[in-house]
Amino acid sequence: MKVSENWLREWVELDATTEEIAHQLIMSGTELDGIDPVASAFTDVRVGQIKRIEQHPDADRLRVCQVDIGAGIGEELLQIVTNASVELEQKVPVAMIGAILPSTNPEEKPLKIKKGKLRGVLSQGMFCGSETLGMGEGGEGLLPIPAEAELGKNLREIFDLDDVILDLDATPNRADLLSVAGVSRELGVIMQAPVKVPEIQNAVIDHDQTFPVQITADDLCQRYTGRIIKDLDVKAKTPAWIIDKLLRSGIRSLGPVVDVTNYVMLELGQPMHGFDFDKLSGGINVRRAVEGEKQALLNGTTASLKADTLVIADDVQAQGLAGIMGGEDSSVTDDTKNIYLESAYFVPEKIMGKARQYGLHTDSSHRFERGVSPDLQVNALERATQLITDICGGKVGPITDVIANDDLQKQGQIHFEARRIKRHLGIEVENKRVEDILTRLGCELTPLGNSNENGWTVKPPIFRFDLATPEDLVEEVARIYGYDNIPARLRPMEPRIARKEETLVTDDELRNVLVSRGYQESITYSFVPSQVEALLSPSQEQIKLSNPISEELSIMRGTLWSGLIPALDKNVKRQQSRVRFFETGLSFIKTDEGLIQRKKIAGVITGTLHSEKWNSTSELVDFFDIKGDVEALLSIASEQSFEFVVSDHPSLHPGQSANIVSDGKVVGVCGALHPATEKSLDLDQQVFVFELDVDLISQKKLPEYTKLSPYPSIRRDLALVVKREVNYSEINHVLKSLSISDLVESFVFDVYSGVNVDSEQKSIALGLIFQDFSRTLEEQEISAHVEKIMTALEKETGAVLR
Amino acid sequence: MDKLTELMQQAHASLDAATGLVELDEIRVHYLGKKGLITDQLKQLGQLPADERREAGQEINKVKQSIALLINERKEVLEKDALNERLQNESIDITLPGRQMEAGSLHPVTRTAKRIEEIFMQLGFAVEVGPEIEDDYHNFTALNIPDHHPSRASHDTFYFDDGTLLRTHTSPVQIRTMENKEPPLRIIAPGRVYRCDSDVTHSPMFHQVEGLMVDKDVTFSDLKGILEAFFKAFFEVEDLPTRFRPHYFPFTEPSAETDIQCVLCSGKGCRVCGNTGWIEVMGCGMVNPEVFRHVGIDPEEYTGFAFGFGIDRLAMLRYGIDDLRKLFDNDVRFLKQFA
Repeated sequence: MKVSENWLREWVELDATTEEIAHQLIMSGTELDGIDPVASAFTDVRVGQIKRIEQHPDADRLRVCQVDIGAGIGEELLQIVTNASVELEQKVPVAMIGAILPSTNPEEKPLKIKKGKLRGVLSQGMFCGSETLGMGEGGEGLLPIPAEAELGKNLREIFDLDDVILDLDATPNRADLLSVAGVSRELGVIMQAPVKVPEIQNAVIDHDQTFPVQITADDLCQRYTGRIIKDLDVKAKTPAWIIDKLLRSGIRSLGPVVDVTNYVMLELGQPMHGFDFDKLSGGINVRRAVEGEKQALLNGTTASLKADTLVIADDVQAQGLAGIMGGEDSSVTDDTKNIYLESAYFVPEKIMGKARQYGLHTDSSHRFERGVSPDLQVNALERATQLITDICGGKVGPITDVIANDDLQKQGQIHFEARRIKRHLGIEVENKRVEDILTRLGCELTPLGNSNENGWTVKPPIFRFDLATPEDLVEEVARIYGYDNIPARLRPMEPRIARKEETLVTDDELRNVLVSRGYQESITYSFVPSQVEALLSPSQEQIKLSNPISEELSIMRGTLWSGLIPALDKNVKRQQSRVRFFETGLSFIKTDEGLIQRKKIAGVITGTLHSEKWNSTSELVDFFDIKGDVEALLSIASEQSFEFVVSDHPSLHPGQSANIVSDGKVVGVCGALHPATEKSLDLDQQVFVFELDVDLISQKKLPEYTKLSPYPSIRRDLALVVKREVNYSEINHVLKSLSISDLVESFVFDVYSGVNVDSEQKSIALGLIFQDFSRTLEEQEISAHVEKIMTALEKETGAVLR
Repeated sequence: MDKLTELMQQAHASLDAATGLVELDEIRVHYLGKKGLITDQLKQLGQLPADERREAGQEINKVKQSIALLINERKEVLEKDALNERLQNESIDITLPGRQMEAGSLHPVTRTAKRIEEIFMQLGFAVEVGPEIEDDYHNFTALNIPDHHPSRASHDTFYFDDGTLLRTHTSPVQIRTMENKEPPLRIIAPGRVYRCDSDVTHSPMFHQVEGLMVDKDVTFSDLKGILEAFFKAFFEVEDLPTRFRPHYFPFTEPSAETDIQCVLCSGKGCRVCGNTGWIEVMGCGMVNPEVFRHVGIDPEEYTGFAFGFGIDRLAMLRYGIDDLRKLFDNDVRFLKQFA
């Protein structure tokens, strides 16, 4: 809520600066979004009146005015040259010689008014526009001066400009701070200052006409009060002091009835509504809307209502959305003679979110949703009656006050044990202090038992319905006692040795492998464009947000590639042709068993293998680079064995992609992007990718020492010729299946196809290391092993020695 | 001049002229080899009269030894020259960069999260995680945010058609932890969170750390102590002022918002702190008994505190990043700065 500081000072006697007030509010839990002066810090701008206007002899756009600045100030008439459009006898703001006008731009120096000549004609001051004075919303032309303003008076005085607007942001639980009365009450407590509550007189009743009120939806509306005021002059002008206060709270003047209801809402916190009484028929019915019922609203729109919406209706139709906005048909207009003034209490939790359903959020709905004090209605009605009749005259009728629900004002009592304060805050607060704080907040305290030693039964004030539990009271005590006064204690912690499983792969280990292999870690959005997801996760049912920020951010990623590849491409298009990205995070997949959220680690690479250096080659990355990176990751999960099998992933190159299988389960995939996918994604370079399920590559071997053989190892190399389609994994499988204990290691050291090898075939060179733990192997033993291996390889894979 | 003297002089001359080890070896063979000239001389000794043999033999052996010595000396010189030449030839520009696989980098948010985790782990906090697609119960209801609560409106929640949602904070992890584990508890839960809000200072996805401590005697004073210690450790500023302001969160009571003195201007006021000297970094408070009741912890037996703050914000303050969006733009040039 925006509120003028001076208005608050009318209510509460504060011997404190703005900064002190602001600090106290902040430290007691009311945020300040801003402290804005109502005008710039200009000096010596006075009311003048134009007595003569002549055309400037040398400039078409300038006029020379003689201005009366009041008796006793300077010369009789001031001569001021202006380009503003002015009229004779107009009252204008005059910046006097020596006046200082700060610029709206803080970088610029303030303007100091000097006596000078404009195109050769003497000018003894300057007329000011509202923008120059930093007032209101600026705009064209001179600042209008009220006709009754005294000549020579300083504008700061006339407009009460030595004021600031406090932009208070009360927390959602503090509905009681949405009014001047409430903020004053709070300031009174936190600054220990007396609060002056203006007395509200009950209006003298001039007639006895009433209007029947029925509360049909008594679970939504618990109290409805109203009265008829007749024979009003709605064309009367709202006094400036009301208009100014409204403006400083960001509300425009819209005629006396609306101005007064707004004023009372700001002052006391009770939103009100004035109907044109002659447009109402029969009586007021506070009821639920009929589904589809139409309601023309004050903002010029028409809402089609839902059945859960509360309306204020007469016998014919809905005349307004209860607590949100009045209806167009019964609104007060210039022709209104008689009004019906409403002041009601709607149940906060029942009307919450209703305004939003219609895209509305009004000062009224904001207050009703957070909760208006249920004892305010009649008082507010009297206050508004008083102000309206002061402005517009009129004849006042009796108040109709319908209370739908008995327990409306029943106030809960809180059993508040004193020990709870220490238990939650960690400090002792003297019982006397607690009593003082709670009493100042408006609570009524009754000691538990014979003394206050154990605590109290606390009855909070009716406007503090947020106080319902002992913990709420602890917070109030802490808040007023001052959070700053509660010492920070670094408590002795019971030691806790976190369980760290040595055989579990950690995210850090995986990340570090990739970082040391030249990858940059990226963080991309978890929601991605539908078409990208369709290309990279084509077999997935897409998981769509109901209310995405945009179509580009609407589908939950089924693969991390959907974020990484566009990020890679963006860099390539920014002249970064070598990119290596990885990311860890959840992927979201719909399965028959429902949605699953799996943690993945994924990488994408493109460009040269090495960054350009004096000693590096410019070869581009290929399948075996990404596979090497994947193998480096998998090597951490040393307890598991992994196999690369040809993949049929539709987004990957069918001849250069692999599923990674462990224990019969696909734990990941890697390979080159399918050329068609690359084309659809408009990629400029070939991209290689991998993605692994982190939880499926998590098992590490606990190292177990085995004795080293003291006997020499013997190496035999085999140059095999096999058909092209035979994979190394098949050969490796044969070697493994023979279970030759003396064969301690085997590896490929060359793969060749070309000259001297049949085009249907390829040559694979195997290195075999033999060793025994108890003796040096004999030549014939090794030959026997090799023969066994060759026989098996020939049988299983068709391999022959070259 | 006798033959020996002549041979000696010849050998000397050819050794002086020798430029390589191979040549040197040829000279050795020429004079001292099996068929060498000196060896020849020795072979011819037999033709001398017996009484001269001894003396002549000694003479020849002397010359032989001299030549061998000369060869060795020359050899040393030549070897030294050869080594010098080799060293010269092998000299390289050692100022050129070494050969290496250029290392990559961790994302600044990961880096910051790790730092936060390390600090809290020293205090015995364990790291917990939870799902990002959450149900309404864990994200709101169990945290004492019932339907239509005004706090919901400020959460700008992303929803799915089935009523599930993207978690708006990491607080659901405290619920899930308390549902599954018995107090005493000390946990932090870092992770991605989502809000339907995007502008210069808001990203629809960002990172939070949730913290929770539940025990029989946890107080607000402990909360202040641990968080103050954390911020000092995180920013490596020994006397970093903090302030706790009353606030409202449905899941804590009392609640607070925590400001730290602006680490960029040391409280003097700058653009980053909006000239206030303070930077709001966190929400916290004592766990509301309602929350305990939702997870079956007896609030009469246990108290606890919870806190939550933005990892991205701390990363920005720590590394001087002035634009939140840079964190998720994944510009290589940006990411490489965190190597």
